[in-house]
Amino acid sequence: MRILKIIALILLVVFIGIQFMPTERNQSDLVPKTDFLLVNNTPENIGKLLQVSCYDCHSNDTAYPWYNRIQPIAWFLEDHIMEGKKELNFSEWDAYSNRRKNSKLKSIMSQIRDDEMPLFSYTLFHRDAILSDVEKQRIIEYMKNVQDSL
Amino acid sequence: MKNLRVTTTILAMAFVGLTAMSCKDGQKEDSSATMDSEVSQEQASTSKSNAQNPESQQVLADYMVLKDALVATDGKAAAEAGKKLESTLKSIKLDSYTSDQQKELKEIVESSTEHAEHIGRSDMAHQREHFQMLTQDVTDMVAITGTENTLYQQFCPMYGEGGAWLSMEKEIRNPYFGSKMMKCGEVQKEIN
Repeated sequence: MRILKIIALILLVVFIGIQFMPTERNQSDLVPKTDFLLVNNTPENIGKLLQVSCYDCHSNDTAYPWYNRIQPIAWFLEDHIMEGKKELNFSEWDAYSNRRKNSKLKSIMSQIRDDEMPLFSYTLFHRDAILSDVEKQRIIEYMKNVQDSL
Repeated sequence: MKNLRVTTTILAMAFVGLTAMSCKDGQKEDSSATMDSEVSQEQASTSKSNAQNPESQQVLADYMVLKDALVATDGKAAAEAGKKLESTLKSIKLDSYTSDQQKELKEIVESSTEHAEHIGRSDMAHQREHFQMLTQDVTDMVAITGTENTLYQQFCPMYGEGGAWLSMEKEIRNPYFGSKMMKCGEVQKEIN
């Protein structure tokens, strides 16, 4: 029993301790000139879908959930967002060369078609980010148009 | 005594755990993928001496190793080849080109590096998807840098909206389907 108490105490100390470790918040009030929705003048219904289902991890502005205040969840999310932005950052869309835009669009379409994105671990907590078949189709068609206009 | 040991263990574990977490930004080390030189690589290197740009020749050689791995549906070999290609792309020198060509080549290198990196860590379906995009990059690169080899641009309409690839042999061996549809495709163009 004593051991259990000690374990619990240590865990508690560690848990409290890590609450003081800072994380970088991925938030911005400005919509940059290079933003995908801005550059492509994306219709509002598509824009809304992208913002809700993609922008949290693929832009410079995350709408954080309340539990992001808690460590180690905040670290996990920070990592996630960093990785997501590295693959695709809608906020810096226009900084990509046409060559890269083209391959990003291809990947967006195939990831959505194959249900690889949005990630299951994300939709688990963000039920509104789940895309219906019709919504998926709409996004894919739209991305195809953007691709053709490159 | 036993209690003390357990406590120490827990403390040590907590410490290790914390350390591991705080190291999350540490770079993942590149496993230096040393590939055995395979047939197509040797073929590509034979003309190295009088090629204008040995690195672009090496890119082509790495691409061929990758292509052969996909033909064999060997994900591990493809991943190795992707990593090798990624490091070759890093060494590419652009000084000898005009500024327009440099700009284009820079974009090609940036894009193909991304594809090579993905191929280095993905499953076969994903590897093939990136290979398709990589092919476009390498084809455009060769259009600028030239090559001493004769290349065959081949095309199979069954993959997605159609998948192209480059090969040093005329014979069709499909990298998008492997043994499932080895012969799907035709020579579209002869380069050089």
